[in-house]
Amino acid sequence: MLSITDLSLTLAGKHADLAILRSVTLAVATGEAVGLVGESGSGKSMTLRSILHMAPVNATVTGQILLDGLDVLSLRGEDLRRMRSRDVSMIAQNPHAVLNPVLPVERYLVEGMHDAQGLATRLARVRAGELLEQVGIDEVDRVLRSYPHQLSGGMLQRVVIAGAIAGKPRLLLADEPTTALDVTTQAEVCAILDECRRELGMAMLFVTHDLDLAAAVCDRINVMKDGEIVETGVPEQLRDDPQHPYTRALMASRPAGIGWTRRGGTV
Amino acid sequence: MNAAEVAAGTAPVIVVDNLTRTFHTGHGRTVTALDRISLTVEAGTCLAVVGESGSGKTTLARIIVGLERADAGTVTLAGRAVAPKARRRELRRRARQIQMVFQDPQSSLNRRLPVSAAVDEVLRAHSGLGARARRERCAALFEQVGLEPRHLAARPDELSGGQRQRVAIARALAADPAVIVLDESVAALDVTVQAQILQLLAELRAEKGLTYLFITHDLSVVQQIADHVVVMRRGVIVERGTTAAVLGDPQHPYTQLLLECAPRPGWKPQRGVIRALRDEIAS
Repeated sequence: MLSITDLSLTLAGKHADLAILRSVTLAVATGEAVGLVGESGSGKSMTLRSILHMAPVNATVTGQILLDGLDVLSLRGEDLRRMRSRDVSMIAQNPHAVLNPVLPVERYLVEGMHDAQGLATRLARVRAGELLEQVGIDEVDRVLRSYPHQLSGGMLQRVVIAGAIAGKPRLLLADEPTTALDVTTQAEVCAILDECRRELGMAMLFVTHDLDLAAAVCDRINVMKDGEIVETGVPEQLRDDPQHPYTRALMASRPAGIGWTRRGGTV
Repeated sequence: MNAAEVAAGTAPVIVVDNLTRTFHTGHGRTVTALDRISLTVEAGTCLAVVGESGSGKTTLARIIVGLERADAGTVTLAGRAVAPKARRRELRRRARQIQMVFQDPQSSLNRRLPVSAAVDEVLRAHSGLGARARRERCAALFEQVGLEPRHLAARPDELSGGQRQRVAIARALAADPAVIVLDESVAALDVTVQAQILQLLAELRAEKGLTYLFITHDLSVVQQIADHVVVMRRGVIVERGTTAAVLGDPQHPYTQLLLECAPRPGWKPQRGVIRALRDEIAS
């Protein structure tokens, strides 16, 4: 459904131009979860931002991005707005930067649904509650009334996920959505993302620096380094038989054997 | 007492006894960051303190180095009590015993000065060396932490995150301490750089007989560096033991939950398992 071909992004610098992305080519099938793994500065976030036309103003973007045949890079005005509100959603690393600190979180959810889907406010309120239940929140009413500072990071990220899936997008862009969270919360949020994705048949492009996390969440993984995709494969393939030296270095940086499995199988 | 002397002895270098600290967060609410915490660290070993945000692990580190005061309980460092309001002479003595490396060297290094100035400042305070000898010592410390002579004159923003953390380690070493407290010191680094810094820390420990107190949320970091672990949750130590025992055969459901949630090959996060462990912790 998403196919990126030869995407290059260059930032105009004071002295020289800086190549951030070099001929990035990747594809995401309908309902598929694809990982984009790399270290800081590798260009993974910039790839996501290019899809939504959110690259910096001094950037030159070339190449092609097709979303179900729609040429994304040529979209302007109303067409671009429609793509952003209906087809593609994004979750960022820091939910505090997404939510308005002086409004209860209900307003964030209701406003989005009202503006993007034309849902009446009263219906949007009901729907907001349902969405929060869907992302594993128990005390829906309390959370809806809360201001961002009254909720934990994990709870806020769930609210942002609820907002992102409200319009039933076909593609979810997740940019390090769990990096700011504790490990136990990270595991829960990943499980929730996975459930939502399956229920809605939504495709996902998941950006992370953590190869093990990407392997748990994604069907396929692209490894990025210095603005290029150096290797693509299914998680097991990258783990057992990494081809590129950089993938091998990533694998070698984390010791194996961490993690413990509850005896007596799953609960 | 310097590192070599401490390493030669058998006495614990850090003794924490019944440490309690409560923060008042306004509107009459309080948070007990530390609830009667006791632990000891033997000379030349590395103890990891593991926990999630709000577990009290950073408060513990800050009290041990004397940056924060406890409501009750004591910290003894190589046989001497740590008091937050010590005399200048006592503070100088303590600085030569214990140093701290923070998470983000970007904010602990002056961005307008060459990074060697940070190291030189510590040498000026603690070494009694002349300007020329300090320059040589500084260059030697840079070499020890794997930096090159050209890095001495660099400003923080000209260095990578890993290089800046190496400078922070060089600064800690400049006081020739017996103990280094590392508060999430590799958390902000990319995994490949993280592995290099952990390797460097292991080498320095072996070479100098240093004692580490390593505060982290990351169990794979614990596995790579620590001899012993304490697991903290909401100001209480819920489990302690050797790294192999705690990570290999966790007893407390919270430790089990942390391990269950650690991303690893072949892992799938499952809400059912997480919820069951959370229920067990609650009960």
